Amino acid sequence: MNRTIMDLWVGIFVVAGLAAILVLALRVGNASSTFEVSDTYTIYGDFENIGGLKVRAPVKSAGVVVGRVASIRLNAETYKARVTLAVDRRYEFPTDTSASILTAGLLGEQYIGLESGADEENLRNGSVLRITQSAIVLEKLISQFLYNKAAEGSIE
Amino acid sequence: MFDALLAGLRHIGRSVIDGSWRLGYATRFLWLVLIRSGLSFSRFGLVIRKVYFSGVLSLIIILVSGLFVGMVLGLQGYETLVRYGSAEALGTLVALSLVRELGPVVSALLFASRAGSAITAEIGLMKATEQLSAMEVMAVDPLARVVGPHFWGAAISLPLLAAMFSAVGVFGGYLIGVVLIGVDAGAFWSQMQAAVDFRHDILNGVIKSVVFGFAVAAIATFEGYDAPPTAEGVSGATTRTVVTSALAILALDFVLTSFMFTGQ
Repeated sequence: MNRTIMDLWVGIFVVAGLAAILVLALRVGNASSTFEVSDTYTIYGDFENIGGLKVRAPVKSAGVVVGRVASIRLNAETYKARVTLAVDRRYEFPTDTSASILTAGLLGEQYIGLESGADEENLRNGSVLRITQSAIVLEKLISQFLYNKAAEGSIE
Repeated sequence: MFDALLAGLRHIGRSVIDGSWRLGYATRFLWLVLIRSGLSFSRFGLVIRKVYFSGVLSLIIILVSGLFVGMVLGLQGYETLVRYGSAEALGTLVALSLVRELGPVVSALLFASRAGSAITAEIGLMKATEQLSAMEVMAVDPLARVVGPHFWGAAISLPLLAAMFSAVGVFGGYLIGVVLIGVDAGAFWSQMQAAVDFRHDILNGVIKSVVFGFAVAAIATFEGYDAPPTAEGVSGATTRTVVTSALAILALDFVLTSFMFTGQ
């Protein structure tokens, strides 16, 4: 079978298609900087209220992404939300690290912020965070504010 | 009165039975094409020919449509986003809509009308002029010699075309958003990269286009193979290819989307 001009065009076509996928992956998507969950350790946190936290939300420390939320379940005994965090093995945190659910911007996505403590020992795979702070629920905040205002008014 | 009712019922019954018959025949046809595709692959030159005819020759329409769809997304997205003061999210909007939905779906629809109809017409005409029967007489299997290469040519081409559609579309959105309107280029790309996930968005988009490719290829080859051997029959089969493919693509898209992108 002889090589034809058609083979050349099909070759160019296939290369262009694969290049398009590569462009999508590297330029449009985050394959180049994706936080890969290959080398992580898991820690748990029990929260009173997770607000709008979602699976795969980032875990940040000092604003740097150090992990992802792996799963969220309701602990049927304590009626708290048990959040599983997959944290990069390169980063270790003291055992008295506190986790709080924060919001990026006014209406942005929610993420977990880790604030490291000062303990000598570090968290290990399977550790449970002792200090957690729930998400701020806007309705609760507003109703608290209104009650306070009403109380002030009645005193005057 | 009673007779008319009975005739109506009979008509419904017949079309249901015909439909099931055709569906079963189509499944058997598809199965035979798949298990004999080893023979088609052993003569890969034939498949390359068909990739040329259905893929390379569809490039122009796919690239131009992708560019314009991306540019329209850029314009419309900007108009809406700027009201909420978040024009920087334009990159995210353009990229996510293209990669997840518009890239695979629109390129599949275009592909079905550009290449699918051509496949149906070619196979249908070969059948009408008894070329397929002639092959059988010569102990050449028309499923492996004619239908298989067409099938695989289409199934290989569509995912590549869809990826190019999305990439060109993002570029079109960039042209309008950043170059023409003046959204900050850094925010455009960085927000896009932060929001578009490789596995969750891009790979799922590619999976969608692979599924659509197989669907269009199966429908186009079957309609051609099943076409009544008349001029009218071939034209009807060509029309049915486009209509059935479009419906199948949209229905499959709904099903795939509902378990790819929900519940996250």
